[in-house]
Amino acid sequence: MTDDLDALKAALRAVPAPDATMKAATLQLAMENYDRHQGLNDALRPNEDRPVKAGFLMGVFIMLTGLKTKTLLVVSTSAAALLLGVFVVMPTLNQGPIIVASKPKITVPVPVDPSPAPKSVADAEADNIDALGEIVPKPVPEPGPQPETAVIDQSNNPAMPPPTNSLARANSSRNRTADMAINDATADPDVAAGATQDMMAAPMAVIAEPAPASAEMVGQDKMAQQPQNTEAFAMAAANPVKITVEQPVSTFSIDVDTASYSVVRSSLNAGFLPDPAAVRIEEMVNYFPYAYPSPDGDQAFLPAISVMQTPWNPNTRLVHIGIQGAMPAMADRPPLNLVFLIDTSGSMDEPNKLPLLQQSLGLMLAQLHPEDQIAIVAYAGTAGLVLPPTKASDRATITAALNALAAGGLTAGAEGLELAYQVAEDMAAAGEVSRVLLATDGDFNVGIDDPQALTAYIAKKRESGVYLSVLGFGRGNLDDATMQALAQNGNGTASYIDTLGEARKVLIDQLTGALYPIANNVKIQIEWNPETVAEYRLIGYETRNLRREDFNNDQVDAGDIGAGTQVTALYEITAPGSPALRSNPLRYGKAASPERTNGELGFLRLRSVLPGASASTLQETAIVSGDTGTDDARFAAAIAGFGQLLSGSTYLGTWGWGQAIDLALSARGRDDFGYRIEAVNLMRLAQSLDVN
Amino acid sequence: MFFTKDCVAGRVQLIVMLMNTPDETLATAAAAGDRAAFAVLVQRHYDRVFGLAYRLTGLRAEAEDLTQDICAALPAKLQHWRGEARFSTWLYRVVVNAVHDQRRRQATRAKAGIGWGDWEIARKDEIAVQQAAQDWLITAMTQLSPELRDTVALVLGEEMTQAEAGLVLGVSEGTIAWRMSEVKKRLRAMAAEEAI
Repeated sequence: MTDDLDALKAALRAVPAPDATMKAATLQLAMENYDRHQGLNDALRPNEDRPVKAGFLMGVFIMLTGLKTKTLLVVSTSAAALLLGVFVVMPTLNQGPIIVASKPKITVPVPVDPSPAPKSVADAEADNIDALGEIVPKPVPEPGPQPETAVIDQSNNPAMPPPTNSLARANSSRNRTADMAINDATADPDVAAGATQDMMAAPMAVIAEPAPASAEMVGQDKMAQQPQNTEAFAMAAANPVKITVEQPVSTFSIDVDTASYSVVRSSLNAGFLPDPAAVRIEEMVNYFPYAYPSPDGDQAFLPAISVMQTPWNPNTRLVHIGIQGAMPAMADRPPLNLVFLIDTSGSMDEPNKLPLLQQSLGLMLAQLHPEDQIAIVAYAGTAGLVLPPTKASDRATITAALNALAAGGLTAGAEGLELAYQVAEDMAAAGEVSRVLLATDGDFNVGIDDPQALTAYIAKKRESGVYLSVLGFGRGNLDDATMQALAQNGNGTASYIDTLGEARKVLIDQLTGALYPIANNVKIQIEWNPETVAEYRLIGYETRNLRREDFNNDQVDAGDIGAGTQVTALYEITAPGSPALRSNPLRYGKAASPERTNGELGFLRLRSVLPGASASTLQETAIVSGDTGTDDARFAAAIAGFGQLLSGSTYLGTWGWGQAIDLALSARGRDDFGYRIEAVNLMRLAQSLDVN
Repeated sequence: MFFTKDCVAGRVQLIVMLMNTPDETLATAAAAGDRAAFAVLVQRHYDRVFGLAYRLTGLRAEAEDLTQDICAALPAKLQHWRGEARFSTWLYRVVVNAVHDQRRRQATRAKAGIGWGDWEIARKDEIAVQQAAQDWLITAMTQLSPELRDTVALVLGEEMTQAEAGLVLGVSEGTIAWRMSEVKKRLRAMAAEEAI
């Protein structure tokens, strides 16, 4: 590791010697510009009145100038210095403004002579200014034989606008021309690093106009950086089509994360198609609120199943399973202990990271009850308790602590995590809910940098009742895989926040769901009926597959449903004898034994652990055939299609963007928050981007 | 011309005297109109500017051009010299900004090119450039993001402390520390790839 650095250092130290001719030319040019600049500075003095009798003096001046431009080529720098002396002295002798007034004309209007005449210094100057700023006004080139003549002609030309009052402006714009060549940044230490400055200005845009502005901004960043990032995404290969006779049972853990959709959105808004590995279809589908029937009484959740024709394949059907969690009365919810674990490492020093994070958490404060408690732990280099546990009613203190966070230092995620858990455990009292909210760009590069050890640690802490949710910020460094692993093991959710609008959705609309689990370890197992279903395919949930035997094993962790949240799963199923079958029946295989199935497609088993309970409970429902695609089911199908188009799925045939957009539009429903129409627009964007 | 030899000799002597004057004094004098001070200053720093430009861009021709642009605009820039930092820090900042500007312009050009269907040409150019750039340094540097490249050029190439580099780049020392650890991470990953 150090060897690599040393090698890089050695290679970097070896710089080729600069070209001597080039150096000489540049140094001369610099001196030349210096002289001109000194002249310009004189011009900036507030002598605006043009003397009446300018003609004669002007002539003298131009003569001298001609001398200067010619001689400078051949005479050493000291000669030029003497001429500078003339410049400086002249004003005091002869009502300087004349000289000053003629000054801009000397160099500015010199036509860039296309003829291969020997390059005069004046030419070089003009070229130089052109090269620098490209703002220099170029008059129509007169076919003057010599640049000098051109200068005289133009400066004596009465048609030229008198440069008196506009002089200062002209000069200052000249100054700017030169300045802009290098970027104005050095003018002011605050503005020092141009790039940083630009970036710092941007949070305003994020705040003022959530989605489009920030997306555009992020986009510009990404344009330049896109190929060079260290993002890591958790993605298994797409679930294959399975043959019911061989594998009748499909088991997976539910997933309530929504991070993938936000990542996809941020990519598309930035103008490029997302990495197929970043597309997790179930997270895209689960991003949207659906109006599934609510459970009654003390049921924790209620599954709703519908079957409809698959949009992308008329010969298969889509089984839509929607699970609605119960919404307990929030007014008398137990007090909440929240520990914000905030990554303030150097990498967070970007407008769409720490500043957005501060804004987002600020939004959330208003939603808390006065008796809730907040603590803030920052990790960067050394982890520290920034805000000891404070009642949410003391919002001023919390806001001040939040705003005082500044990025810098290395990420010691593990150390911070330990401290956050310790604080959370200290805060916890009987009947209270404790959560650690980890806000990061996902970079854990110091301490336990073994994700396995980290997740093991979180899994252990989960038993203590403190859950972990992860909020992802920023792109380029997003370690989606680690975030995903942490949230899954911490019984929490992983969300990706790219705009303040998204922060509102995650932290306000879904706050209760994210923080109050109503059922833990929710596993879904479906046994398909080989008589009615020959092949099936689970769309998405690749990172959530469980083994068949894990379903009944309560030791195997699975996803959790929060208060009032929905979870959706989609299967594409193919009936026996359908032309859409992908595999041939076995010649020597057993024929499916017809049993008493009553045309059932399959049998759904849901297993979950209610909070506080130690053993799981089982819910069972038969899946029966039907053609009852609701708007919700059809919209979920459109989003699943969207995800499959993005991830390059092979199951869609000729079904493309146009059809996905039409389907999503027709299934928009009420869409109170505009999430669905936003998805349609993202599809349109993806369609345009996908052309090449 | 009209100059006597004495006159020239006097100037030479003055310049020799200036050679020992600190950068900051020279810069202040140059900003105030001392031409000789400016001459010494540019002379003294030309190689350094070129070196950094080369480390930042990795291309000799580009470094020469940038150095020329920077030196040409230096008289104007000097008007912003306030003597608040070391001159070398200030100058490095000018160079870094010039390189950033250049990158932005190139990005704009590349985008415009794509817009006009020149994508294929751009792609071929890129392949040609990549073929020319086979040496390890360029491979290593191009795998780093522009921010990391800047940081490496200053910390390793110019042997700056992390604090100095932070001043030049306008970020905190901690950010530089983080970036350097990021560089190590990338290099390790590169080495691992090479080993395969």
